[in-house]
Amino acid sequence: MSTLHTVNKSPFEKTSLDACLAHATAGSNVLLIEDGVYAATKGTAVEQRVKQALDSVKLYVLGPDLVARGLSDDRVIDGISVVDYAGFVDLAAENDKVQAWL
Amino acid sequence: MSETIKQFLYLNRKAPYGTIYAWESLEVVLIGAAFDQDVSLAFVDDGVYQLTKGQDTAGIGMKNFSPTYAALGDYEVKKIFVEKESLEERGLSLDDLQHLVWEDEDDDYAEKDSIKLVSRDEMAAIMDGADVVFSF
Repeated sequence: MSTLHTVNKSPFEKTSLDACLAHATAGSNVLLIEDGVYAATKGTAVEQRVKQALDSVKLYVLGPDLVARGLSDDRVIDGISVVDYAGFVDLAAENDKVQAWL
Repeated sequence: MSETIKQFLYLNRKAPYGTIYAWESLEVVLIGAAFDQDVSLAFVDDGVYQLTKGQDTAGIGMKNFSPTYAALGDYEVKKIFVEKESLEERGLSLDDLQHLVWEDEDDDYAEKDSIKLVSRDEMAAIMDGADVVFSF
């Protein structure tokens, strides 16, 4: 059973990302959307936690949400894939279910 | 009629777009600017994300209200405090933010910086000194 986890809250304001990473099993896919995209940027206080997660889960970030917030692709932590809305749909279709962390 | 000038502080702690707080704050600041009060804006925690430059919301179908911050100087809003620690925790620096200015009519309309980077301690003092704090 593969699961796509989505996180849409800022890691600095809510514990959604931490809770997601603590529960996502190895091989899961995690997509950062809306204010969740801030977790994908370099040099933040949560960067190490995110990099650590890359050892067991695949991380994605929604490009349009990055661009809306003035964050370019080169600010994204290496190893995290930037996807567009079509990529979001593909991820949702490829996984058995989608679990949202609000 | 003489009126007491109060120090108003608008405290911004939310990122833009994920919630409506940032936009609502901006609207209230602009409405409030019509009244002669001493206005300051504070950007703390995720609020610093409101001021990043290069925002382009075409891909998410929402209004990009970030250009409006550049108009604040025209509304005599010229004290914008950004907390240094909040920027650093988010991997940001002043260079990542819009360059906001106001024109000083007493100095041949010279453009002066509106944003002042302050420490957490300094921000605490700014909050302490305000007569009224509006939280967003």
